[in-house]
Amino acid sequence: MSFLKDLYQEVILDHSKSPRNFSELSDANRTADGYNPLCGDKVTVFLKLKDDVVEDVSFTGAGCAISTASASLMTQSVKGKTLLEAKELFRRFQDLVTSGTAEGAELGELEAFLGVSQFPVRVKCATLVWHTMQAALKNGEESVSTE
Amino acid sequence: MSASQPMTGVDQSQGRERRLNVEEVRQDFPILSQQVNGKPLVYLDNAATAQKPRSVIDAITHYYESYNSNIHRGVHHLSQKATEAYEQARVKAQRLLNASESREIIFVRSTTEAINLVAQTYGRKHLRPGDEVVVSAMEHHSNIVPWQQLCQEKEAKLRVIPINDKGELLLEEYENLLNERTRVVAVTHISNALGTINPIEQIIEQAHRYDAAVLIDGAQGAPHLTLDVQALDCEFYAFSGHKFYGPTGVGILYGKGALLDSLPPYQGGGEMILSVSFEKTTYNVVPHRFEAGTPNIAGGIALGAAIDYVNQLGLENIKDYEDELFRYATERLSRFPELKIIGTAEDKASILSFVLKDIHAHDVGTILDQEGVAVRTGHHCAQPVMDRFEVPATSRASIAFYNTREEIDVLAQGIQKVLEVFK
Repeated sequence: MSFLKDLYQEVILDHSKSPRNFSELSDANRTADGYNPLCGDKVTVFLKLKDDVVEDVSFTGAGCAISTASASLMTQSVKGKTLLEAKELFRRFQDLVTSGTAEGAELGELEAFLGVSQFPVRVKCATLVWHTMQAALKNGEESVSTE
Repeated sequence: MSASQPMTGVDQSQGRERRLNVEEVRQDFPILSQQVNGKPLVYLDNAATAQKPRSVIDAITHYYESYNSNIHRGVHHLSQKATEAYEQARVKAQRLLNASESREIIFVRSTTEAINLVAQTYGRKHLRPGDEVVVSAMEHHSNIVPWQQLCQEKEAKLRVIPINDKGELLLEEYENLLNERTRVVAVTHISNALGTINPIEQIIEQAHRYDAAVLIDGAQGAPHLTLDVQALDCEFYAFSGHKFYGPTGVGILYGKGALLDSLPPYQGGGEMILSVSFEKTTYNVVPHRFEAGTPNIAGGIALGAAIDYVNQLGLENIKDYEDELFRYATERLSRFPELKIIGTAEDKASILSFVLKDIHAHDVGTILDQEGVAVRTGHHCAQPVMDRFEVPATSRASIAFYNTREEIDVLAQGIQKVLEVFK
């Protein structure tokens, strides 16, 4: 069960059961859709950008525990960040879930996803919403796919 | 294996009296005796691909070690030997399906290729604008997309037989769909996502009243059911080698001989011709007309070995054993109030699709994998089925004759673990 406990940490289970910022954002000026054809996970990310700052962010969609928790925690962690900071956060998060080391990552609660690295087929579950967020940052109306 | 599956040891001559000895059978499958994530492998993903007995693996090795050669051309010894073995495999497939002639057996890559072949030859030849093709709501994508493409090209209409909440075809609705414009009916024998066994005799008979040709997708049917294409009277029957305990990359398309004679080739190339000049090419006879290029020779021969293996066990013995284990699995899983079985048809093969509360199938699959249990999770290439039952995905345990009651118990314990993680 130890690998499993690494994967399904309390914080992940909590966010998958009660996702935060889980709604459409009526005054969003950027949105993007993400889709993982392997498992059918779908996510839409709503961003309200003002100047260079993510003033507000939310998501809707349906997916597994890992993807839902990742979306929920992503919205919490990029809110209030600048474009550059959000991108940098994504880079470090991707490192975390692929390399399996949190050293120097300073990712706070996002470090709960460290265990995902032991389950290579689940990495896409964790990163789908981040790719979608990045697509929204880039140019708005766009759809990303993990395949 | 619990003592409740007694092995009588009656010899083969007594036919139906003989039961499968699962412990003996498991010895034939080298892959089964391994550990996954520190636990004994429990392979319950047989509807995706079945495991291979030693005799199939040996047939491949033996071919490459002792008589690898191209077929149908060389006059040398190895080529003759390879040709003979390959053509013998064709005859084995003919007997398995009870086709009247071996030329009615076409080697293809897969069920998918077989369906594409029929769509591109029979379909392109016979469809006119306004004609109709009928499929069902429980088809695998491979029995939807080739027809959709054909219908687009020919300005024909794709019509869909609906299913009820149990996952059974609505045959009265089917009758209403049929008309004089119906050219093709393409239906699965057994649903890969729901396990439903369709009443194909009746489906074929109804289609023939409107002179429509019928293709049966037998990818799931052939490994579990005794077949007789002459009695069924279907125009086409397709199945894959790898779900039949044979290798990947080889499949069988049966077609009625006279019908195949009337069809244009599928792909151009070597083997499918009698003579070629830059002015004119004369096409080869059936089945070679549909077999352009060097085929999967080792695969065909090994599929022949798989057919031998299944015959030796006896398809009826296999079905009896699988049915009994399936009933046990259904009963065992039904004890979980949080578990809902998707697909509860009266006539079902050994496929158990289920959803567990609101827990996503991929989370179920990951946790089961930690217990050594291999199930398929996702939409099973049957998205319309998922839409029909309003679930994003299911977990699917599919049983083969080498599975045991103990393995079903391990699956049940794994499901218990999933529920604990997500309590």
